[in-house]
Amino acid sequence: MADVLLDAKGLNCPLPILRAKKALKDVAMGGTLEIVATDPGAVKDFEAFCRSTGNELLESKADGKVFSFVIKRMS
Amino acid sequence: MSKDSNTKSMSMIVTKGTLDWAYPPFILATTAAAMGLDVTMFFTFYGLSLLKKKLNLKVSPLGNAAMEMPMFGMHIGMPNLVASIPGVEAAATAMMKGLIKKKGVASIEELRGMALEADVKMIACQMTMDLFEYKLEDMIEGPVLGGAATYIENATKCDVNLFI
Repeated sequence: MADVLLDAKGLNCPLPILRAKKALKDVAMGGTLEIVATDPGAVKDFEAFCRSTGNELLESKADGKVFSFVIKRMS
Repeated sequence: MSKDSNTKSMSMIVTKGTLDWAYPPFILATTAAAMGLDVTMFFTFYGLSLLKKKLNLKVSPLGNAAMEMPMFGMHIGMPNLVASIPGVEAAATAMMKGLIKKKGVASIEELRGMALEADVKMIACQMTMDLFEYKLEDMIEGPVLGGAATYIENATKCDVNLFI
C-alpha cells in the first residue's frame, strides 16, 4: 500500500501528471505515491516524468482500462 | 531563465488566441513546470488575449479543413459555406466545450491558473497591448510587460524554445 493515493480517473492529459506532481509534495522523501488513472497516455508520460524528475517509478500496471502507477519520491 | 546550470528551461511564443490553439502552450507550460523546468511564455498578437481576466475563447470551423467533430457516430467536417453562417461558430464552440468537459480535459482557465501557481513566467507583449488597445485592468495579475528583446534575452538561455 502506497503512502498517498491519488485518484486521477477520468482526467485527461496533462492533468494526471500535474495532480501527481502536486500530490508528491505531500509524500515524504523515500515515500510512495500511487496514482490510478484512465488516460492511456499516462503510461508513457509517467515514465518520462519520473526519468526527468529523478523520481522512481516502482510500478506501472494496466487492469483493463484502468492504469495504476507507484512512484517513489526521490527528489 | 535557469536558476542554476542544472535546471532545464523552456520558452514559448504564444501567438494564437482561439480555444483550440490555447491548449498546446498551456499544456506544455504546466507539464514542463511539473517536470522541474523553468518556463517562460511570451504572449503576443492574438495570443495576448489569453491573458485577459475574462476569457471568451471560441473555435471556428471556417477555413479549418482538419476540424472534424465526433457526431452521430462519425466524424463530421464542415464546408466553409456552412461554417460562415451566423451561429455556426457559437455552435461549434459549445460543442467543443462540451467535449472538453466530457473527456476530462482541463479548461484553459484551470491550466492558466496552474501555470501561474507553478511560477511559469509570463511576458505580455507591450506592442500588442498598444496595437489592440488592451487595458491593463482587463488583464490578469502576474505577467510582466515586455517586448521582443525581453523574450530573446530569455530564449538565448533556454534549452527549448517553441513558437505556437
